[in-house]
Amino acid sequence: MSTSPMMELLDIKKNFGSVNALKGVSMTINKGECHCLLGDNGAGKSTLIKIMSGVHQPTDGQIHIDGKSTIVKGPRYAIDAGIATVYQDLALIPLMSVSRNFWLGRELTKKIGPINVLDFEQCNSILMSEMKKMGIQLRDPNQSVGTLSGGERQSVAIARAVFFGAKILILDEPTSALGVYQTSNVLQTIEKVRAKGVAIVFISHNVSHALSVGDKFTVLCRGETLGTARRGEIDYDELQFMMSGNKKLSELQKDG
Amino acid sequence: MPINIKNLLPAHSNFRKAMLRPDLGAITGVVLVFLFFFLVARDTGMFSLEGSMNWGIVSSQFIIIAVGACLLMIAGEFDLSVGSMIGFAGIVIAVTSVVWGWPVWLSIITAFVLSMLVGALIGYIVVKTNLPSFIVSLAFLYILRGMTIFGAIYSTQKTIIGGVTEISQGDWLAPFFGGKIFTGLFQWLAEHGWIQTFVAGTKAGQPVVSGIPMMMVWALALIIFGHFLLTRTRFGNWIYASGGDAQAARHIGVPVNKVKILMFVFTAFCATVFATAQVMEFGSAAADRGLLKEFEAIISVVIGGALLTGGYGSVIGAALGAIIFGVVQQGLFFIGVESSLFRVFLGVILLLAVILNTHIRKLITGEK
Repeated sequence: MSTSPMMELLDIKKNFGSVNALKGVSMTINKGECHCLLGDNGAGKSTLIKIMSGVHQPTDGQIHIDGKSTIVKGPRYAIDAGIATVYQDLALIPLMSVSRNFWLGRELTKKIGPINVLDFEQCNSILMSEMKKMGIQLRDPNQSVGTLSGGERQSVAIARAVFFGAKILILDEPTSALGVYQTSNVLQTIEKVRAKGVAIVFISHNVSHALSVGDKFTVLCRGETLGTARRGEIDYDELQFMMSGNKKLSELQKDG
Repeated sequence: MPINIKNLLPAHSNFRKAMLRPDLGAITGVVLVFLFFFLVARDTGMFSLEGSMNWGIVSSQFIIIAVGACLLMIAGEFDLSVGSMIGFAGIVIAVTSVVWGWPVWLSIITAFVLSMLVGALIGYIVVKTNLPSFIVSLAFLYILRGMTIFGAIYSTQKTIIGGVTEISQGDWLAPFFGGKIFTGLFQWLAEHGWIQTFVAGTKAGQPVVSGIPMMMVWALALIIFGHFLLTRTRFGNWIYASGGDAQAARHIGVPVNKVKILMFVFTAFCATVFATAQVMEFGSAAADRGLLKEFEAIISVVIGGALLTGGYGSVIGAALGAIIFGVVQQGLFFIGVESSLFRVFLGVILLLAVILNTHIRKLITGEK
């Protein structure tokens, strides 16, 4: 078994004009590990995700995938390389059914005469069994995604990414818009995915959500990493303290 | 308080599932409209074979453009140039065939190619500039209409060009738009006295309704094609996705721009079918044909349950919306109601349909 990490970011820099969004970020993502990327709004989390998923190209720095230096040319390239991104609000299309969403872009078809038609039976039965494996209770594959709760939507989107071969799963704020109960469901789904050996990059600004699933924690602040800590090496207050940009919490409280 | 269907139907019954369809509003509308006219216009001959042909053809015209507008709207875009496209395609056929002496089949094909190129251009501008298609196609509403009137006057000094009927005799393509099918069957029915025949004049003995016009055949074919494409194919799934959330669809690898441009091309195709059938029927083309047709198409689609902002709708619904349109327009004529009241009626139907459809859609999709 190869010991090289699944993905390595080496001193990634990104400038937008004169704005330095990332000033040299390094992180290592390993198989079966949930790596939490924490940071306040504007810390550069979104930029980093977009570089990992091929939407942006870094101004400087290197990306290694499976130990090889790689240029992630575009979103399609990233998907083919096994890097899947589940965006907070762009995960699924609410007006369409769960089944149509799940198979979107990779629909199963069968031939009726010379024409390829959607194979609803197969699509629906695979969907239902996949959902069951992930512990998601689905009433009907034809129900609209709009009728699902926010947590269910995230779980379905995660299940879809994994089913279609994601080796590295980037989750953009998967729990930030959710209530307590739904959050715990999504975190359970993440647990199941990690158990399959998928590497997870969990982006959040919620320290307690991160602490409940994370193996490693990297804090991003104003485009720089403040280091990576393993589970057990760091506690809630320290993470919170780092995210706020080395300002002490007591000072923050004074500010208002 | 609005009617609450949720309380009428138990949450997950099969009956509810069968009833909650995007075209439920249009189905209800069709039933009500037929019921109404059956009660008040039964004696006028509206539902005789001849009367049915009358509103059937008008409905078919609406259906042809509504199917195109429906798929385009589900893909998240509008085309306000449909009416101008109808005038444009008609004049292209008449100028090239009557004035320039091209064979009619070549004129028809040329009209299709030019219209679909314009459709592709509109789509290309929309996806490249990210401007609302409402604006881009509105620009083409004027550009096409202006070019059509200019072209007609420049080449013939007239805005109406006749003489198409004479030169399309014996053409192989023209009957696909202007002809009738099952004429033998109707002749046979007439001979047996089962359908009405002319009693006097040069056509004495011939059936009053001599066959099914190609306009109706096209309408039916387009409904089947559109419904199948949308609900049964991969491409149909991409149409829903492109209109439902273009960005999310792109992330997953759906060629959203291609889908949208192709739907503009298909809308142009439908407009040209309409135009060609009309030119063949009238034997002439006029530069002002198709006025306001874009709105009639969009109204049919909306009555049919499609969401104006895209991602949701039904071809069957749009066709039913077009039938409501056709039946009401011709029905009011049968019962002798002042035709200006048609617009009042139309406005009321549109409003009621949208209120009902919005309610149904929220139940299906869980929108807030």
